[in-house]
Amino acid sequence: MADKKRSTPKLDELEKGPWPSFVKEMKQAAEKSATAADALGILERSYNDKIGHWKHGGIVGVKGYGGGVIGRYNDIPQDFPDVAEFHTVRVNQPAGWFYTSDALRKLCDIWERHGSGLTNMHGSTGDIVFLGTKTPELEPIFSELTEAGFDLGGSGSDMRTPSCCCGMARCEWACYDTMGLTYDLTMHYQDELHRPAFPYKFKIKAAGCPNDCVASVARADLSIIGTWRDNIQMNKDAVAACATGGKVDIGKDVVAKCPSKCMDWDGKNLSIDNGNCVRCMHCINVMPKALAPGKDRGATILVGSKAPIIEGALLSAVMVPFLKLEAPYSDLKELIGAMWELWGEHGKNRERIGEFIQRVGLGNFLEQIGLEPVPEMVTQPRTNPYIFYDVKK
Amino acid sequence: MATETVKRKTDIGPPHYEKFLPPIIKKNYGKWKHHEIVKPGVLMHVAESGDKLFSVRAATPRLASTKTLRLFADLADKFSGGHLRYTSRNNVEFLVTDEKQIEPLIARLKTEGYPVGGTGPSITNIVHTQGWVHCHSAASDASGVVKSVMDELFPHFEKMDLPAKLRIAFACCLNMCGAVHCSDISILGLHRRPPKVNHAALPKMCEIPTTVASCPTGAIRPKTVDGKQTVEIIEEQCMYCANCFTVCPAITLADAENDGCSIWVGGKVSNARHEPMFSKLAIPFLPNNPPRWPEVVAAVKNIVEVYAKNARKYERMGEWIERIGWPRFFRLADIPFTKFHIDDFKHAGEYYRRSAHIKHMPEA
Ligand code: SF4
Ligand code: SF4
Ligand code: SF4
Ligand code: SF4
Repeated sequence: MADKKRSTPKLDELEKGPWPSFVKEMKQAAEKSATAADALGILERSYNDKIGHWKHGGIVGVKGYGGGVIGRYNDIPQDFPDVAEFHTVRVNQPAGWFYTSDALRKLCDIWERHGSGLTNMHGSTGDIVFLGTKTPELEPIFSELTEAGFDLGGSGSDMRTPSCCCGMARCEWACYDTMGLTYDLTMHYQDELHRPAFPYKFKIKAAGCPNDCVASVARADLSIIGTWRDNIQMNKDAVAACATGGKVDIGKDVVAKCPSKCMDWDGKNLSIDNGNCVRCMHCINVMPKALAPGKDRGATILVGSKAPIIEGALLSAVMVPFLKLEAPYSDLKELIGAMWELWGEHGKNRERIGEFIQRVGLGNFLEQIGLEPVPEMVTQPRTNPYIFYDVKK
Repeated sequence: MATETVKRKTDIGPPHYEKFLPPIIKKNYGKWKHHEIVKPGVLMHVAESGDKLFSVRAATPRLASTKTLRLFADLADKFSGGHLRYTSRNNVEFLVTDEKQIEPLIARLKTEGYPVGGTGPSITNIVHTQGWVHCHSAASDASGVVKSVMDELFPHFEKMDLPAKLRIAFACCLNMCGAVHCSDISILGLHRRPPKVNHAALPKMCEIPTTVASCPTGAIRPKTVDGKQTVEIIEEQCMYCANCFTVCPAITLADAENDGCSIWVGGKVSNARHEPMFSKLAIPFLPNNPPRWPEVVAAVKNIVEVYAKNARKYERMGEWIERIGWPRFFRLADIPFTKFHIDDFKHAGEYYRRSAHIKHMPEA
């Protein structure tokens, strides 16, 4: 197999330079796999032609699952027969993307036996991505994965693989257990993850605090962002140390940058008008030893972000301003259930939940799922006087 | 010996994360006190117990061979008790408890070609999509553009020399698998010509009503060609979104000369200071010029440099531009403003300036 070298002068250029090279990775894989060798060859062809050579294919997958595998074929199979089929397998990552060396090696063993040896660590949604295999390999991959304790992730119109920041595992700012919640939701919704039955995809991302390290507000239909209700915790000695430490100018770097203008610094005392703090995290980020999120912690639940397809890009919008998030997370599951039921029944084909809410109106959506409207859900009340009153009521 | 039929397992879910956590994390889970950046690429988390965890962060190309994963596994065994994790931006982090292991690990990673950095006010790994490596929809390659841009911006990965963190993202079509629309700088591949319909193949491959319904601008209508039901595209109405292509493979969009990249700036997802915001259009089109996309690299570098020179400490790209105003941004970055910068789709009108609040500039 290794003799199947192709000349790739354009791609070779990308082996140079200080940044890690994907071409080096592809060549490493090509030493052992004819599939990877052809993947390299067809990519060089694309670099010459300036177009891609992949077609989206028919439905492929493993028995009993509707998602987890993306079928892929090329449009010049006569030239690149070893990537005539080049399917992707999405493997559900462990929450927080933590691994042991043994777990990584086990995944490598399976993938070297049955695929190209090319991976993405990780895909955009969070899955481990195995890049490039053929249909007959899918069942063996699946049974070896489950034997090793792994399972497939989502694809198509299903709940996509939930993902999260490392939260309490390493971060002092985590306002709830992101990994615990993510694992719980993933297990609770295995059917929704593996068997597409929604109008379109539904992504869940859990961030432990408003820093939102997993970009949940932009990349998830359900964005769970940790926050707190009581006062920011302050360690006065650490504030004093900060003031004299020389690294931070509390007046300029912290107080002047507070978006709510709710902080005051007289050179000795730092005070915070917590009632006006929007929980943005800036002051805490800058003075991590002196300030910390409060003790009454939970999360803001936002819904509906998405990329432009179809009706334009959206950020998620506030659905529940504050929710205590403790196992077994019943209120959150109840909310998810109510939203899925409504959207599942009335959503149009390929309509994300954010678009659905825009179409029916947030007010109507809330009424249907049984949530009371509160002013935290909007930046201001409407200015438009054309109001649809409920004439029947 | 009779072979026993193993019962096929389904719906077991991912392994429980606890199995993979290092002892120091199990012990201090939810009991961390504070953290700091010891040096570029090295975080130190201190627990209430006084335990210290060092995370050494190295860049990976996202598209990684199993050989590299095995290398990381070996490095983890040698330096971090077999424990490692990945970040949401495709960096790998070795979870070190023995402080003495940090420098040798960094040195080894560097020799192997996986440099350490990407913490604090720096440019970290570019989140990106599949491009010509794997996707059917791509208007540009992803990995090649990302590699070229990061080679050029590399000093900002290793040093923490920017006003604030700078997040770059790349997506190869408007599907935006990486949801790049909220990054300090987004590079977005786009098509600029209406799709072509393969009338011979379409009737066999696609459902006409679904195809017609897929178009957000109503540019597709049914048509009969050679006695067969197919569709036609009203070209003036098309905005090259590729939605039709996603539901019907007999419609193709790839166009070697007209596909390319656009550059968007000033988005963010974190709530720190300013609320999260979308990236806005800076440059409507740059050509695909593989293997190194010099036009894209130069454009991104210019924007980074203008930002680095003019923004204040802690100011993200979007916060800086908001303070100085867009007219000033376009002038400082020397980027022409065109009619393409003005929205004419769903949000048209929302961003027309409807006041006399203008920061006039003296004649140049
Ligand atoms: S989102 Fe917040 S809690 Fe999670 S890792 Fe980032 S800073 Fe920590
Ligand atoms: S968290 Fe943000 S809004 Fe609240 S006091 Fe700190 S800087 Fe101000
Ligand atoms: S952004 Fe578009 S072209 Fe790129 S991987 Fe996603 S769907 Fe494919
Ligand atoms: S590319 Fe988009 S706008 Fe153009 S015809 Fe297809 S669906 Fe309609």
